[in-house]
Amino acid sequence: MPVPESGAEPQTAAQTRFDHTLARDQRIEPRDWMPEGYRATLVRQIAQHAHSEIIGMQPEGEWITRAPSLRRKAILFAKVQDEAGHGLYLYSAAETLGADRADLTERLISGRQKYSSIFNYPTLSYADVGVIGWFVDGAAICNQVPLCRSSYGPYARAMVRICKEESFHQRQGYELLLTMMRGSEKQRAQVQDAVDRWWWPSLMMFGPPDGNSPNSERSMAWRIKRHSNDELRQRFVDMTVPQAERLGVTLPDPELVWNEEREVWDFGTPDWSELQRVISGDGPCNQARVERRRQAHEDGAWVREAAAAHAARQQDRQAAQDQQAAQDRQTAQTAQLKGVPA
Amino acid sequence: MTARSEWPLYEVFVRGKRGLNHVHVGSLHAPDERMALTNARDLYTRRNEGVSIWVVRSDAITASTSDEIDPFFAPSGDKVYRHPTFYAIPDDVPHI
Amino acid sequence: MSDDHVYLSLAEASPEGDARWAFGTGFEDPLHGVDTALPESVDPAGLAALCLALGDDALVSAQRLAQWVTCAPELEEEVALANIGLDLLGQARLLLARAGQAEGAGRGEDQLAYFRGPEEFRNVLLAELPNGDFAHCVVRLLLFSSWRLAAFQALTAHPDPVLAAVAAKGINELAYHRDHAAQWTVRLGDGTEESRRRMLAALDELWPHLAELLDGEQQQVRAEVELTLRQVLDAAGLPVPAVPEAASGRGRAGEHTRTWPNCSPSSSRWPGRTRRRHGDRRHGVRRHGDRRHGDGRDGDRGRQVPAATRP
Ligand SMILES: [Fe+2]
Ligand SMILES: [Fe+2]
Repeated sequence: MPVPESGAEPQTAAQTRFDHTLARDQRIEPRDWMPEGYRATLVRQIAQHAHSEIIGMQPEGEWITRAPSLRRKAILFAKVQDEAGHGLYLYSAAETLGADRADLTERLISGRQKYSSIFNYPTLSYADVGVIGWFVDGAAICNQVPLCRSSYGPYARAMVRICKEESFHQRQGYELLLTMMRGSEKQRAQVQDAVDRWWWPSLMMFGPPDGNSPNSERSMAWRIKRHSNDELRQRFVDMTVPQAERLGVTLPDPELVWNEEREVWDFGTPDWSELQRVISGDGPCNQARVERRRQAHEDGAWVREAAAAHAARQQDRQAAQDQQAAQDRQTAQTAQLKGVPA
Repeated sequence: MTARSEWPLYEVFVRGKRGLNHVHVGSLHAPDERMALTNARDLYTRRNEGVSIWVVRSDAITASTSDEIDPFFAPSGDKVYRHPTFYAIPDDVPHI
Repeated sequence: MSDDHVYLSLAEASPEGDARWAFGTGFEDPLHGVDTALPESVDPAGLAALCLALGDDALVSAQRLAQWVTCAPELEEEVALANIGLDLLGQARLLLARAGQAEGAGRGEDQLAYFRGPEEFRNVLLAELPNGDFAHCVVRLLLFSSWRLAAFQALTAHPDPVLAAVAAKGINELAYHRDHAAQWTVRLGDGTEESRRRMLAALDELWPHLAELLDGEQQQVRAEVELTLRQVLDAAGLPVPAVPEAASGRGRAGEHTRTWPNCSPSSSRWPGRTRRRHGDRRHGVRRHGDRRHGDGRDGDRGRQVPAATRP
């Protein structure tokens, strides 16, 4: 929807209404008044999320032409395409807040806005495609299912569509791994190797620990987020451990142990300095990922310009045609009045 | 790229099944209406979600603003007599 | 957490089963209710050759479209090109499977896709040319889908019920592909000076390949293709070159370019787009299953400087 208007009435009354809407667990909608902080936080979060979907096409996209069977090729092609769709749903949600997609893209390719650190790791074998589906899309589902009830309506609705599609992503990944685990010794080793490489980065997808996540609390108060990073991480681990057992792989964490008392899995501490490094641009693939996005955007500039130029010219032609038609009608009418056959 | 070559934003409405209303599903950018329609088909109905699509330029939509919420919608809130439950009908009257 | 039920319901298998997962093959089995036994009136070798050629065209085109992933000029176009790629991949799978059945040697879609050398592929050269800029993509799609749609329309009357069913399913897809390409042709032909220049260059390069597409086609197909192309190019304000007589390529005879985009898992990562120094074989390591491609033709080892990345 068009840029929302805000602040036309005394802020206090508007603020009260905003607070009430949140307190009743109702959704904030695009044209509602909202605090600037709320708007800015949402734009940042949704944009980062959208960027992640788009950059996230790259690690897997490079395997489409080399998928091991035509069935897998179709599945992966469709999955990577879905991620482009997710990016679009999210950019669309960000635009309801008055953000502009071209501007957000600019921020991404100039490095001013971030995306999920997980996509800065390389994909080394086809097992990585399976593990990404299982871990990365699985972690995304953990993160995103609660966001289906986020306080901002368009974001929540985009999440519903996305979550529905993500379950296909996770399942295709797990099914691929099941197939590989039934294969040769070499294939099983590939799966284990991929699990070893992706496990810790996947845990980092939930963000820094709660004590060190400055914006988290405010986001929770605004009901943009519904659960803390650590809660979601725990949930992911609890969900994944039995799946790993069933698959026959070992999660690379010697501290992973069932906690009878709390009825959850205790696990080791991710290397937070690695997360810091990768987020700040020093991961294995950061440069290549952003560079590729930048290149595509710049290579596409002439196409976007040409399409816009053509549309403008069409509009002019249409306007001229309409004008001509109106004139013709006028002439015909005048002629009729004068009794001259038109 | 200059701002002028930006493609305008379109809102997308999809009719999921015959007999249902079109519902708003999101938006997209397109250089013209034709492309907006095909892009919407590609983006919002990849899984057979729809039987009909509407697209409309976002800037062509006139909408009520939140400032108007009260004057716009509050007056209809008290017209309780518009609702069928307002009328007490004895239980033994059939089909009503 | 209270969201558990949401997650569980999302993770439930969809009633459509696997068909929902891979879109290129559609949601319904296009061969549902079709008798797959080879009819006696059909020459198996001829049917196998026809299905193989049409299947190879689709597979190789899908490979090229897959290389557009993450490179499209706008995100919406990313989704559109992938849809087209998935449609063609779906067609390829059905056609290769049918080719295998007609051949009767027990080869399935994957055997045919992965265990043949380039010289055994029957795709037209137009389909395999390395990707260029977006104008190249549009012109190739316009030529290819205009011909393929006309050819598939004729094939709906083929005596083999499977090929006829595949063609019937394909014409809806191809009509959309052709429309997409036609719209872009008009936009770019009538866009800016630069887009027009690029369209002319793409036409220059690709038009001669029309001959191989039309080679041996029925008069009705040729006429339909010529009419479509003339209408679209006219609307775009682009010149309509004469339809070439002599085929410039012999892809149908198994003669392929060095950049033929194989499906091998060991081929280069972003074939046709990655510039690599001569002698860098990092991604070209031979593995088992790749032997058939071992004549130095596998992968696009950076011989082409992709136009899209350096205009
Ligand atoms: Fe996604
Ligand atoms: Fe996903």
